[in-house]
Amino acid sequence: MPIWLEFDEMPLRSDLAIIKKWITPGSRVLDLGCGNGALLHALREERQVEGYGLEINPKNIVSCLQLGINVIQLDLDEGLDDFDDQAFDYVIMTQTLQAVHYPDHLLQEVLRVGKQGIVTFPNFAYWKNRIQIGLQGKMPVSRALPAQWYETHNIHLCTVKDFQQLCRQRNIKIQEKVILDHAHRPSAPITFLPNLLGQTAIYRCQRQER
Amino acid sequence: MPKSIPADSVGLVAPQTAHFDEPIELVCGQTLPRFDLVYETYGKLNAKRDNALLFCHALSGDHHAAGYHSMEDRKPGWWDGYIGPGKAFDTNRYFVVCPNNLGGCKGSTGPNTVNPETGKFYGPDFPLFTVKDWVNSQKQLMDSIGINQWAAVVGGSLGGMQVLQWAIDYPDKLRHALVIAAAPRLSAQNIGFNEVARQAILSDPEFHGGHYYEHNVVPRRGLMLARMLGHITYLSDDAMRAQFGRDLQTGRLSYDFDVQFQVESYLRHQGSSFVDRFDANTYLLMTKALDYFDPAADFENGLAEALSQTAAKFLVISFTSDWRFAPARSMEIVKALTDAQRQVSYAEVESSEGHDAFLLPNSYYTDVLNAYMAGV
Repeated sequence: MPIWLEFDEMPLRSDLAIIKKWITPGSRVLDLGCGNGALLHALREERQVEGYGLEINPKNIVSCLQLGINVIQLDLDEGLDDFDDQAFDYVIMTQTLQAVHYPDHLLQEVLRVGKQGIVTFPNFAYWKNRIQIGLQGKMPVSRALPAQWYETHNIHLCTVKDFQQLCRQRNIKIQEKVILDHAHRPSAPITFLPNLLGQTAIYRCQRQER
Repeated sequence: MPKSIPADSVGLVAPQTAHFDEPIELVCGQTLPRFDLVYETYGKLNAKRDNALLFCHALSGDHHAAGYHSMEDRKPGWWDGYIGPGKAFDTNRYFVVCPNNLGGCKGSTGPNTVNPETGKFYGPDFPLFTVKDWVNSQKQLMDSIGINQWAAVVGGSLGGMQVLQWAIDYPDKLRHALVIAAAPRLSAQNIGFNEVARQAILSDPEFHGGHYYEHNVVPRRGLMLARMLGHITYLSDDAMRAQFGRDLQTGRLSYDFDVQFQVESYLRHQGSSFVDRFDANTYLLMTKALDYFDPAADFENGLAEALSQTAAKFLVISFTSDWRFAPARSMEIVKALTDAQRQVSYAEVESSEGHDAFLLPNSYYTDVLNAYMAGV
């Protein structure tokens, strides 16, 4: 395998550090697909947030309970009907949008339940992915997309362009975005070519006032 | 019978009795002039008196939650799998208290005990008590033992309902609330099953209006039927299929009404052994306490408003195949707690064993309890 196709060095979920900076201390947070609870734990310790994580995987539920995180075992594909409108200051969805059955519906739900939504996903148009699919003719496999096509949970992968187009169509206002390269740096070239050079996309958005 | 006591058992235990000489006023308006509660404890109360757990039993449970009463016992207490040294509710760390509820039939004041005012059994004259009354009587037990705050109150099924009531009525008296396989109130279907069970008892000719003690009989057939019906609702379709299928006792159909299918034999055995250990009047009253339980009713049917009274941190657990109190019923509690901005975690445990799963071994259930209790 050529050197520029090697797995990236940084763990993808260091995007959490950027999200943490966006959260106002003392706010109420709902974390969709909260994994092992690492983000909520950091937010509780350093931002004094209150809130809940939603998670479906039993191992992750146990990890969250060990950390003392409030975690609710729930299938996100069944929606957020159990939560009232604008019940949280932030609804966070890290690396989850691409793994649900109805991402557009869930995105709208995020902004119904949360005053603001924070969404991260792997940018499928990242140049290394383009090389794997364009030159090698194979589904990309990388640190950001580690699973083979037949075992991946990612059923609705999208690109930076796709996501921004969906936001326009659904009247969602993007308030802030950070696109990170493979080393999770927001470098200068990314500003000009985010859809090509960005590996991970992080958005803070809310419903457009009408 | 245990040949030897397992290392992770609380061992041989003996119940104690607490006497309360002050009258207790019940929700129904009646007053009991005095009452006894039988209870068991395991583990040691620490010097700060802050390591006590209260266990609330379900419909047919009692104070014997763990360990053995004698080396002749066939089975340990009803939650022995989870209470003991090194178990989820670790008796090396916690002091466990488990009472037989008021109105029960295992020694606490109830229909099968003598009314001091008449010198006769209470029988059908025992007042109709509610979950709230149980919690008030358990609070008196708490005071008598000298516990200021429970580390956690824990219960499954009807026990889980007592946990909810504790958290609402005495918010500063518990730090954690573990509500397992419960519901915020019964559905029409639940009440329907209870009513059939009651009618089975009430229509037994040997019930004698509840005065069967004086006739030296018990409404055996009625209580047995009630238990057989209840037992079906505790199991899942899958569990019954796996355990019995359509297997026959003798291998062939006999074209009469004797026991033929193994499931019939099992249910008759469950029913008949229940009659030997349970009182029909208590069964009637317990099912009524279940039917009446509805903490939201005091708050204009707002469960979130009711649970806004609470201060405890909650763990809610349900079981996938439980159709008596299905996971959706537990989610009603979770939703109300999140609406009320309370601290809550929720686990839905995969199990094929129906409502009874909360009493049975299950590795995920154990992991969840262990992980949560580490922070209690």
